[in-house]
Amino acid sequence: MKNVFGKIISAEEACALISDGSILMAGGFGGIGSPPTLIDVLVNKGTKNLTLICNDTGFPHIGVGKLVSAGSIKKVIASHIGSNPLAGKLMTEGKMDVEFSPQGTLAERIRAGGVGLGGILVETGLDNEIVNKGKGVVELDGKTFLAETALTADVSIVYAKKADEFGNLIFDKSARNTNPLVAMAGNVTIAEVEEIVALGELGPDEIITPGIFVQHIVQTKGVEWKWVWE
Amino acid sequence: MGVGMNSREKMAKRAAQEIHHGMIVNLGIGIPSLIPNYLSSDCSVMFHAENGILGMGPTPGVGEENAHVCNAAGYPVTTVAGSSYCDSAIAFAMIRRGMVDVTVLGALEVSEGGDLANWIVPGKRVPGMGGAMELAERAKKVIVVMNHCNKNGESKIVHKCSLPLTAKACVNLIITDQAVIQVTKKGLLLTEVMAPYTIHDVIRHTNAPLLISDHIKTNE
Repeated sequence: MKNVFGKIISAEEACALISDGSILMAGGFGGIGSPPTLIDVLVNKGTKNLTLICNDTGFPHIGVGKLVSAGSIKKVIASHIGSNPLAGKLMTEGKMDVEFSPQGTLAERIRAGGVGLGGILVETGLDNEIVNKGKGVVELDGKTFLAETALTADVSIVYAKKADEFGNLIFDKSARNTNPLVAMAGNVTIAEVEEIVALGELGPDEIITPGIFVQHIVQTKGVEWKWVWE
Repeated sequence: MGVGMNSREKMAKRAAQEIHHGMIVNLGIGIPSLIPNYLSSDCSVMFHAENGILGMGPTPGVGEENAHVCNAAGYPVTTVAGSSYCDSAIAFAMIRRGMVDVTVLGALEVSEGGDLANWIVPGKRVPGMGGAMELAERAKKVIVVMNHCNKNGESKIVHKCSLPLTAKACVNLIITDQAVIQVTKKGLLLTEVMAPYTIHDVIRHTNAPLLISDHIKTNE
């Protein structure tokens, strides 16, 4: 591979961009579509005090759950932590902050950050005292909405099926999930991919995430965890 | 309870009667995931998964699983002809725009007015709401499938929920191991009892006032 745009780097070089205390956003849903190699390097490096933004906290040995298990996470913004009992334990013991955001709201907050908006107006959770706590209420066209802030990250990590050298991405089936949204919302976005191909090998019509949103590309070593159903 | 179906299967079978040809349906985990087993072959529906599948099919056989074709709980599924994948924002656009005809969810508590609590027991269980708030607020019909009573034998159908709500006044129909109850403007209407329970049992096990249908029937 020619590496025309210099975007192809090693997983170690990529993870050097993530420091203790960084705001890290990760693609994936229940671990599916989370970048396994980058997560492993972060775990092995002993990265600490991360704020993690992700749909959920995976399972203890799957996806971003490995970062929770390694004690790398100070705060998480997610819609669900139920599949990771350790996350619940750390939250209850006050060792990890958890901000719950309804799943569709969370997806749109990430998308809003990714597309350069300041926030979104939603009805979800408007009259729910846990969700609406501390948030503004906006009247617009005779309707009442909850104002939810947009989310961006120091670094976003995503998992894709293929990238070309520019970082144009296509995803695999339901492993797409939050990845296209997360890819747009990072100040720096690292795409871990199953296959890197030359420019021109991906059809412009099939590209889901244009490479403009992707600064770095890492070849995956593949998933080495056992899925819950295995 | 005799031979044949256990109570989980009975609830799933009864919930399946609420699903009709052409509907868009989102099923929660647990008992709701058993519902497709009880749909007739001429009932074509598109099952929606909030992780980004419209048109989920049955569970694949052992060895046929694809780690990248999973439902919102992270378990392998298949897809049917006409299915599509999308990102999570679009999956929730379908929900938020009211395009999901029926959602079937579990619950911790349901109130007399149809309030739903199913996402947190403060200090004890903190699963998170996931996509339940959007589904409960925006699906055209919200069906709760749950055991009538909790492990301590207390009614999960209550006058007012004690747990934090998922959404207010959203539940349309409650299907339990003991009864089928509609949430109406006048209150909870008992329409069916599940054998071997009797009307009397259901009233005794329900911690909220019940109206009794004139056409009450028994599901064997």
